[in-house]
Amino acid sequence: MRLNFTVNGRPQEADDVWEGESLLYVLRERLGLPGSKNACEQGECGSCTVRLDGVPVCSCLVAAGQAEGREVVTVEGLADFARQRAEGCGTGACGTSLQKARRWEARGTDSQTGEGTDLAPVQQAFLDAGAVQCGFCTPGLLVAADEMLERNPNPTDADIREALSGNLCRCTGYEKIMDAVRLAAARQSEGV
Amino acid sequence: MDFLRPASWEEALAAKAEHPTAVPIAGGTDVMVEINFDHRRPEYLMDLNRIGDLDAWEVGEESVRLGASVPYARIMEHLRAELPGLALASHTVASPQIRNRGGVGGNLGTASPAGDAHPALLAAGAEVEVESVRGARRIPIDAFYTGVKRNALAPDELIRAIHIKKADGPQQYSKVGTRNAMVIAVCAFGLALHPGTRTVRTGIGSAAPTPIRARAAEEFLDAALEEGGLWDNGKTIPPSVAKRFAELCAAACNPIDDVRGTAAYRRHAVGVMARRTLTWTWESYRGAHRITEGAA
Repeated sequence: MRLNFTVNGRPQEADDVWEGESLLYVLRERLGLPGSKNACEQGECGSCTVRLDGVPVCSCLVAAGQAEGREVVTVEGLADFARQRAEGCGTGACGTSLQKARRWEARGTDSQTGEGTDLAPVQQAFLDAGAVQCGFCTPGLLVAADEMLERNPNPTDADIREALSGNLCRCTGYEKIMDAVRLAAARQSEGV
Repeated sequence: MDFLRPASWEEALAAKAEHPTAVPIAGGTDVMVEINFDHRRPEYLMDLNRIGDLDAWEVGEESVRLGASVPYARIMEHLRAELPGLALASHTVASPQIRNRGGVGGNLGTASPAGDAHPALLAAGAEVEVESVRGARRIPIDAFYTGVKRNALAPDELIRAIHIKKADGPQQYSKVGTRNAMVIAVCAFGLALHPGTRTVRTGIGSAAPTPIRARAAEEFLDAALEEGGLWDNGKTIPPSVAKRFAELCAAACNPIDDVRGTAAYRRHAVGVMARRTLTWTWESYRGAHRITEGAA
């Protein structure tokens, strides 16, 4: 079947979608957006977390057909999504094209400071706090953490733990991830 | 596989009548796991997300009509006062991502003995509103679970809503697992005090082939509370009564040994949860009782 939906603010179309496949499979294999990770395929690990009509969900548990006509934000579009949330979308050229999303990387003009990179504040905070080790869980954590900071700008530690309780990380022990989210929240409230 | 996308409830019923093997999917948190792991390859998958009525709820005089696919996250946020037991149970479901998608209709459709909503529904008192092209009916929650992952639905029926009695007294919910998030219950226990009828109702999860009530324990406690005049005098429940209640709740279980726990552990844990939830709810009732008495 054919699937029409919005991905990172732009209309997209996927063809030859099998009726039983997941939104995650469509994103990774049909649209070439491998940012959302495929690990447990049963909603246990959160590494496939995306926003579906604004709500964080495990994309591995959404049937592709259920995304018809809906809006999806993936980690590849998070930087543009965060910028447009902060500044609005005046020019009409909002969202992230597939091409740009496919080429996205966290590398700027200065590899030491991250200067010139296309990062959402929560992504920059993860880099600054050293919250990324192997990186596999990171996309899901970024999407979940960004949504929590949008909803709850001044989270307590308990709020952060609860918001990220559906995202497993086997490297960091979570302490640096907690640091990163606290840092992102602090910067957000200071308007940095 | 065919993907059915009914735009209305009537269309969904017609599709289910035409294809009784069609698997309804709402939150997808059970169905997609089975499809991802190739444990199930249904001929028809029927998306219920387009039917607006299913994710709405109405608060009535006596009960809440909860649409089958209202996500747990909304129950936690909006129905804590009316359905405290179910709101507590909802908060123990998996993770935020799962609670944003999964709902009580799916829990009932799957009818796993470990489903988190069941003990709360049994304790509060509920009816499941189901419908087919042949007509609608309401199944009392006590008659809904018929076996391990089996329920009273006919092949052409769909779950439309759940009518849950609004709390008329304190309710509690308790669940045993290895951590707070992402846990399938080792066992779970729901308790609701109903001061209006001077009764107590229980719900036990994951400790028998189906979710069950501990009826002998309920009857014992109802009689003990009546005999002691406790509903009126608001005294503490004697330890011997709480102990006996816990024993009878444990005795109601018919658990198995499995990877999550042994039968003996489950029986023991249900007894502990029964005693604790009884203390919590009764203390809360006594607190409210004292305030009302003081104001009078």
